[in-house]
Amino acid sequence: MSEHEYTPKSKVGKWFNDRLPLLTLANHLTDYPTPKNLNYWWTFGGILTFCLITQIVTGLVLAMHYIAHADMAFQSVEHIMRDVNYGWLIRYIHANGASMFFLAVYIHIFRSLFYGSYKSPREVIWIIGIIIYLLMMAAAFLGYVLPWGQMSFWGATVITNLFSAIPLVGEGIVTWLWGGYSVDNPTLTRFFTLHYLIPFLILGLVVLHIWALHVPGNNNPIGIDIKKPSKDTVPFHPYIVIKDGFALLMFMIVFAFFVFYTPNILGHADNYIEANPLVTPAHIVPEWYLLPFYAILRSVPDKLLGVIAMLSAILILAALPWLDTSKIRSAVFRPLYKQFYWILVADVLILGYVGAMPAEGLYLLIARIATAYYFLHFLVVLPILGFKERTTPVPLSITEPILGGSPNFATVKKKDSFKDQ
Amino acid sequence: MKNFFRISFLIALFFGFQLNSNAAEKVEYLKTDWSFKGPFGKFDRAALQRGYQVYQEVCSSCHSMKYLSYRNLVEEGGPEFSVEQAKAIAASFEVKDGPNADGEMFMRPGRLSDKFVMPYENEKAAQAANGGAYPPDMTVLVKARGGGVDYIYSLLQGYEDPPAGVTLDDGVYYNKYMYGNKIKMSNQLSDGLVEYSDGTNASIEQMAKDVTTFLMWTAEPHLETRHKMGFKAIVYLIILTVLVYFSMKRIWSRIETKV
Repeated sequence: MSEHEYTPKSKVGKWFNDRLPLLTLANHLTDYPTPKNLNYWWTFGGILTFCLITQIVTGLVLAMHYIAHADMAFQSVEHIMRDVNYGWLIRYIHANGASMFFLAVYIHIFRSLFYGSYKSPREVIWIIGIIIYLLMMAAAFLGYVLPWGQMSFWGATVITNLFSAIPLVGEGIVTWLWGGYSVDNPTLTRFFTLHYLIPFLILGLVVLHIWALHVPGNNNPIGIDIKKPSKDTVPFHPYIVIKDGFALLMFMIVFAFFVFYTPNILGHADNYIEANPLVTPAHIVPEWYLLPFYAILRSVPDKLLGVIAMLSAILILAALPWLDTSKIRSAVFRPLYKQFYWILVADVLILGYVGAMPAEGLYLLIARIATAYYFLHFLVVLPILGFKERTTPVPLSITEPILGGSPNFATVKKKDSFKDQ
Repeated sequence: MKNFFRISFLIALFFGFQLNSNAAEKVEYLKTDWSFKGPFGKFDRAALQRGYQVYQEVCSSCHSMKYLSYRNLVEEGGPEFSVEQAKAIAASFEVKDGPNADGEMFMRPGRLSDKFVMPYENEKAAQAANGGAYPPDMTVLVKARGGGVDYIYSLLQGYEDPPAGVTLDDGVYYNKYMYGNKIKMSNQLSDGLVEYSDGTNASIEQMAKDVTTFLMWTAEPHLETRHKMGFKAIVYLIILTVLVYFSMKRIWSRIETKV
């Protein structure tokens, strides 16, 4: 990060800034040099911040009217939908907001995969991102339990039961999580508490995520290191602010369409049936954004190994900066990686599809192949590709993308330019 | 930006296909034109009032409506009975209240603020009276079934003689739209079962449609407000997006980079 030689103009501002340099921070944020060739895939960071704030604000209002009790939760949600002023709007924004949040985070993650944003020197940003993603999944799962419908109840039962796969202490852990011998009121109250807590943890991590980003600065579609500030960069305000704003508005149109016209399409009908421990739904399925991992879990015949596979599928991402041995960041200059990238995208979509289907016959076979390929991509393809692949020439700067330099030269340049900052 | 839209479109297509394929494996439901479908959909007021009548005269003897209050019948976007009509409806039910000053529970006529009176004291009583099957609460029923309104509408008209080879126990009926085809509710509708005060012919189809419309409203009482507000919100967002787009073009024209 460049040193800020910023002095507020007013006397009061200077007095305050000497004691708490908030104005220096604001100045850093507005001036923050951003590569000017960022495309629209880069607008999802801002969109995700919007999603988080929306979830927190609507969640606070919902929590004022919601009752975390096994006998009253379902009824209190109906109370919100009927009698609370605009309660239906707040709840539909919150429920669909979770889906929109995941839609945005998946685009954000896959953007990073395509342009190699996880590579040196941005490993810490990436790992914080993976932790945020894990917490998001936890928050989403806990939140889905709160309406206390059939899917809430049975989803909670299935997921908490995964812990029973742990040898020796598994059963004990499950009882401890439930606060009893089945999913019941104690489970609901603690899930509510944790669902309230996690978003604030995410908020803290988002601050770290952005802080870590502001040290090396943004990656860019060409994936080369650039001098900052230079003619390759623009100040964050107004250039990126207005562009992110434009993208956010388009995102909000899609969001509004779901909230106002098909608010229940992403949910499961069974969750409008109040939880009943005596009746098991025909198919227990998680929300769409967890389906790929659900498919991985079910594709392994052994329970413990299935849980391990599911967790590894997420945690393997944290090791990605070291699994990908290629020095070139952007897939634009990696013809082979680009193809494997799209195969991975297809693979994850297929996993999501079979995750929604019953685990039997052909679906199970497809799930197993797709699961195997998922791990193959990260553990075999990526490490080998870095050594074998013939990359195309990388430009030396954003403004002169035609003048090609050799990739090796770009790599040598990278380390020095990072030290300069 | 072109590339961005192309890829977004492909992914949206994939998800659209998934949603469709999930729907495709179910039976074909009977179709009818619902006035409340689509971005400008509204309830047919008369259909809601007729639907309430069908619910009241046919369904309510077994199915509760526990999240609805009599006052809801007056509210905008619903059947919009007059206050007098709704008061009369409420007063026609006996509500258990109390305890009074003597510590006794007592019965009194219903008021607008009361919830719909339940047909049974509790779930066990409902099961005992219905051969072990609990008639589900109807307030959010259309949202609690995969096929939604089309499913309910079809189910009410889906009673048939069981095909050869299917044996039914006592008190179990064959319905071609029911999950597993076996249902504990007997065929409830028959032509002319209720007498509509507005003179509409009470055919099975008509009653099924009216009561399903009513159930859609009980599940989504703010549907009309939602549709109206959604239209305003989206128009507002589109206008703002266009304005921001041109501001963005203007700002980025200061440098020689496309945005």
